[in-house]
Amino acid sequence: MGEVLLTVNDLKTYFYTVSGVSKAVDGVSFHINRGEIMGIVGESGSGKSVASSSIIRLLPARTGKIVSGSIDFDGTDVLKLGKRELLSFRGRDVSMIFQNPMTSLSPVFKVGHQMVEMICAHHKVSRQEAYRMGEEALRKVGIPDAGRRMDSYPYELSGGMCQRVIIAMSLCSNPKLIIADEPTTALDVTVQAQVLELLKDMREKNGMAILLITHNLGVVWQMCDSVMVMYAGKTVEYTTCKELHHNPLHPYTWGLLDSMPKLSSNSGEELATIQGTPPDLRLTGTCCNFSNRCPYAEDLCRNQVPDLKELEPGHFVACHRQGVESRLFRGGVKQHE
Amino acid sequence: MSEKRVILQVKGLSKDFQIKGKKLGSKKAVLHALQEIDLDIHEGEVLGVIGESGCGKSTLGRCLVGLHKPTEGEILFEGKSILGVRAKDKLEMCRNIQMIFQDPYSSLDPRHTAADSVSEPMVVHKTVKGRAAMEQRVLELLKQVGLDVQHMNRYPHEFSGGQRQRLNVARAISINPRMIICDEPVSALDVSIQAQVINLLKKLQKEYNLTYVFISHDLSVVKYVSDRIVIMYLGRIVEICNGGDIYKNPLHPYTQALLSAIPPECPDEEKERIVLQGEVPSPIGERKGCPLAGRCPQCMERCKNEMPRLKQQGEEGHQVACFLYEKK
Repeated sequence: MGEVLLTVNDLKTYFYTVSGVSKAVDGVSFHINRGEIMGIVGESGSGKSVASSSIIRLLPARTGKIVSGSIDFDGTDVLKLGKRELLSFRGRDVSMIFQNPMTSLSPVFKVGHQMVEMICAHHKVSRQEAYRMGEEALRKVGIPDAGRRMDSYPYELSGGMCQRVIIAMSLCSNPKLIIADEPTTALDVTVQAQVLELLKDMREKNGMAILLITHNLGVVWQMCDSVMVMYAGKTVEYTTCKELHHNPLHPYTWGLLDSMPKLSSNSGEELATIQGTPPDLRLTGTCCNFSNRCPYAEDLCRNQVPDLKELEPGHFVACHRQGVESRLFRGGVKQHE
Repeated sequence: MSEKRVILQVKGLSKDFQIKGKKLGSKKAVLHALQEIDLDIHEGEVLGVIGESGCGKSTLGRCLVGLHKPTEGEILFEGKSILGVRAKDKLEMCRNIQMIFQDPYSSLDPRHTAADSVSEPMVVHKTVKGRAAMEQRVLELLKQVGLDVQHMNRYPHEFSGGQRQRLNVARAISINPRMIICDEPVSALDVSIQAQVINLLKKLQKEYNLTYVFISHDLSVVKYVSDRIVIMYLGRIVEICNGGDIYKNPLHPYTQALLSAIPPECPDEEKERIVLQGEVPSPIGERKGCPLAGRCPQCMERCKNEMPRLKQQGEEGHQVACFLYEKK
């Protein structure tokens, strides 16, 4: 730990659509150390999935483009990789787990066939050897009766089982980084707990880093070391997990934290909400993206894009109202004015 | 609440589905979606229903509005059975119980404007006469759910998920129902929008003294909105308790496991996990014994052969179906 594995600097990914340029990711920087679990949280449309797909350059070829920024993975510049190098980079160095386990496996091939195909693509082994490796991997992720499961079709497995198969696949090549894009959103809580536990276990055993994308802050608290909050394509806050919980600084983060119903809270009181809806991503880039929903917004917020500032060591916030000398306080009390 | 009036009573409700056998010509199998559900719903309360996917919570909701015909059992709305009534009376029944569905994208007709969708129940039930009066009423409803006059002539694709769910709510309350079945109304929404819709539902409940059956798989949402909570597993009710008790004093091993599986509320919290082994068994075919028997950490010999019944335990209104508490 401690050694930087992935550095993303000022990444901008735009989508060129018929109706205009959609700034899905508009200046995002972060880094992941070896063996670290980092979380990206945000609502739908905040660009968290696009940011992570950009890391392995998995974007729609015609419309999606990485406009600027740099991605450095363990010494290689990902943006300069050729087609062939990219193929071996994906899957071997970085593998990805998608949201819906049922659709990320092909329904017409048996699990074993798909595992063998995957392993043969990345390792120089015979098919028999690959089959044996696949079975071993299934056993490692806790699938009972792995031998028989190799011979089943994906539809015969439940959602949790499918997700385990996909995790097993992504582990086969022993990647340095796993990108898990909402790995448990489609699963029930009890199964979610099993899958998260498994991911954590695999980290302990193999020491890979995990980039966990989720909209569930509870999952972040349980899993992550550091966390980045995204809103409308921009980083609004980036810090360690504990710091975000104990000392969140951005008004959006406050809204997000308050609007989650808590098990221990009293149900009599009204839930805090964030008024309004997120902005159109084609029109952003002239002001603070949160200014139309922010209760603290001022003229400056509506006219200028805030930079990501390091307010406290390791705690980055993008907000005009949060400065070194002037601070906002959660709950609407404005001091230091 | 001193005197709790029962508005809807469910007695021994079971619902089976016939499904095709695996092979051509093989015998049809029976899927037991709901088994022997007994439930009283009080007027003006929010009854939360929680369980994993496939436990029958949506089927229960659909049975209550009459979208499914139960295989066995009775549903009484204010003492009158809602099953097997004549078509004319059925319309009257529908007026009292409305439903909000999970997916705000597919539950609105894409070819109807917002005003069309919201006014449809009032046209069907002939509660409002005349175009001007209808327009007036629709606007009133839209304002109540936080939309405005400019939204009236828009089509569903022009709305965000949260706004669409607001339209669904407006449609459900348009004919002044007594009871609304909410089937995962906020599962498809983002957290900040989810909070808005939950607040809206709570506000309307106070205004109209509505009774909600709130179906969800998200325990913290259910805990937040509900007065009483029903926990279901594999087509059966395993526990019924008051909203606060579920967190303080869960009794059934399944409830305890469910609670321990929820992600923590802060990073420092260390949770003791009760992990249920394996997966939810299939509801197809006959089985004897407690549905949780194969996964329960405290399974006894008796659990494998007998079915535990819901019994009062501890505080008033706390019922649990488990042999662990029956010995005493």
